[in-house]
Amino acid sequence: MNYEYLLIRYAELSLKGKKRASFERKLEQNIRGALKSFPNVKTNRSFGRMFIKLNGEDVTKVSDQLKDVFGIYSFSPALKVELDETSICEAGLWAINDALPSGEGTFKVSVRRTNKNFPIGSQEMNRVVGGYILKSMEQVTVNVHEPDVHLKVEIREEAAYITCKVIKGAGGLPVGTSGKVMLMLSGGIDSPVAGYLALKRGVTIEAVHFHSPPFTNERAKQKVEDLCKVLTKYGATIKLHIVPFTDIQTAIHKQIPDNFEMTVMRRFMLRISESIALKNGAKAIVNGESLGQVASQTLESMYAINEVTNLPILRPLITMDKLEVIDYAHKIDTYDISIRPYEDCCTIFLPAESKTKPNLDKAKRYESYFNIEEMVSQAVGNIETITISQEENNNSSFDSLF
Amino acid sequence: MVYFDNSATTRPFPEVIDTFSSVTRTYFANPSSLHPLGKEAEQLLTQARNKTAALLGVKEKEIYFTSGGTEGNNLAVKGTARQLQSRGKHIITTTMEHSSTYEALLELENEGFSVSYVKANEHGQVSVEQIKNEIKPDTILVSMIHVSNELGSIQPVEETGELLDNYPKIVFHVDHVQGVTKVPLNFSNVDLCTISAHKFHGLKGTGVLFMREGIQLTALFSGGQQESGIRPGTENLAGIVSLTKALRMAFDDASNKLEALKERTTRIEAELKKIDGVNINSPAKRAPHILNVSIPYIKPEVIVQALAEKEIYISTKSACSSKQFSPSRVLYSSGFSKEKASSAVRISLSFHNTDEEAEFFVTVFKEVVSNMKKVVNV
Repeated sequence: MNYEYLLIRYAELSLKGKKRASFERKLEQNIRGALKSFPNVKTNRSFGRMFIKLNGEDVTKVSDQLKDVFGIYSFSPALKVELDETSICEAGLWAINDALPSGEGTFKVSVRRTNKNFPIGSQEMNRVVGGYILKSMEQVTVNVHEPDVHLKVEIREEAAYITCKVIKGAGGLPVGTSGKVMLMLSGGIDSPVAGYLALKRGVTIEAVHFHSPPFTNERAKQKVEDLCKVLTKYGATIKLHIVPFTDIQTAIHKQIPDNFEMTVMRRFMLRISESIALKNGAKAIVNGESLGQVASQTLESMYAINEVTNLPILRPLITMDKLEVIDYAHKIDTYDISIRPYEDCCTIFLPAESKTKPNLDKAKRYESYFNIEEMVSQAVGNIETITISQEENNNSSFDSLF
Repeated sequence: MVYFDNSATTRPFPEVIDTFSSVTRTYFANPSSLHPLGKEAEQLLTQARNKTAALLGVKEKEIYFTSGGTEGNNLAVKGTARQLQSRGKHIITTTMEHSSTYEALLELENEGFSVSYVKANEHGQVSVEQIKNEIKPDTILVSMIHVSNELGSIQPVEETGELLDNYPKIVFHVDHVQGVTKVPLNFSNVDLCTISAHKFHGLKGTGVLFMREGIQLTALFSGGQQESGIRPGTENLAGIVSLTKALRMAFDDASNKLEALKERTTRIEAELKKIDGVNINSPAKRAPHILNVSIPYIKPEVIVQALAEKEIYISTKSACSSKQFSPSRVLYSSGFSKEKASSAVRISLSFHNTDEEAEFFVTVFKEVVSNMKKVVNV
């Protein structure tokens, strides 16, 4: 006997009424995508549960992949047995033996019987399975309050499923069920984490990055591509829009008083992001702002900057401390990329000090000397869009070398 | 020509030399340079790292490119010892080690570390039990060669890894230089592992140290941040890319030629065994490509010389110590008699040797031994 199935429990899906079927389909599709490297694995849905049939694939490796799929609350390696008392008891015994290799410890059995045609009631079945295990294993005892192993038996229409380990999933909603957002991705530590958390709530993301050559270099751009690549692990393919920002940034640097440069620059970034979002059907903008973290992220700054758009701006990190964000960045493998030491558009031309409480009217007045619409549309018109997918986007000119 | 000295070094794949040449010509920029040429070189480096990791079944960030086996072993052994010396100063190793590990440990002994040398049996093998018996509270490192470069004997590396899994504070280093592509190794319980390109038809001057995520060691060199500061110095990009290619090609060979290689050396072994006065030193359970034999009372240099006249090339003991005219340290310390240890020759094949070469070798070897015996009168 061995675990042949993984039983998947949905996160918040059960709440979603009529949309449920499409959510489930999407989750199944995402799971298949995540398990592409295991060709033998088959997925299968029935009555509010999803099963993965391993067909000989390694249970630990498959589990590792599943941990990153949003929309899964938890999952358990499961045995599938026929609907008869003896098979269920034997499978239960095997699972307890597997979970307690020393043969010592405590357990508890919970039977759930959704198939009312099965002749034995769930309470009765608890005693039957528990008794069988107690008889077969001398050093094992029952503890219903704090068991070492919680053996769950689900008696369903088609078969009975036996599990005793629960592995926590990533939670959230399946990516692709909540619409699309535009992520402002600078290359720092915060914005990739914001993207990850947005994905968690089921959106797909496109990313926008402001590139100011020659002040920001190719490496900074590469860094952002690499960050997107990491994010594709949690979501689907990501479109990265690279905005040529040199002209706007130099114009701002020339025209605007030092301490308002940052505010005005952010307003331009937001206008451009809005325009790209609308063009691509994104219904919101996501950024990595955390309240009060830097001058541009004070409440006053957000007020002055946010004024340029009516699109919702989602700020998943808004209440987080820097250290919490860093923990996330480590967890999702973006930290090492984010700390590469290349300057991005936010750090060049940085004035000695920026207003932490910028006045909106002043910002507007300074800007009034610009032909804002033309500047924005010119930047948007010259965007370079790169599609980043999970597959190795290897430079094909290298192929012959390997 | 019959080249049976593949444990000393192998003849590079022509395709690998082509790769070296094209990378040197086209991607000559420093991967750390900021300009596009540097970026391109860095991308190539990243790709080589990813592919090497995939071939070895490990993570990209666990691959550190070095200059080869000697550097890898030195970095692993001294680097770990210096990193962990405040935790303990005891190291366990075997009598079968290559000189790069052995000499590094002698140096550490002079610095105040204590080293237990686990003695191999007459099959050139140590047991997990022996390793276990040497473990002390202040043991910080176990360093073990997987496939002996002299005898071809195989150490119980995976079992030792499982044992050491119970001792999370002990770092486990494996010298896999002779084993890679020939004797499969599961890296899952290994912390550090050395391989070298020129043993699998790559070029001299490149190697890999695998270092498990979370393991830390002190670098031997001071310098820049290349290879995460573990191995500073401008990356040998052409060498690294050609290593990756050689590794892929050698694994391809291994997937369909390993059996034939084993059969070929087994036939040679059977033939040599028939010769009066020839002792097979390699154990029955040996790597498929290495065969060590002794012809007592005949100097091995003479055999090597005589075979070379017929364009057959083999070695006396390990190439790295063949210039010392003394008994093999590895054989002698494993309990082989002085006669056997002083008269051993090593025959080492690659996937590319043929049955005809093996036959020719056997014929000539028989002649040479019988002629020599007449001369020295044994």
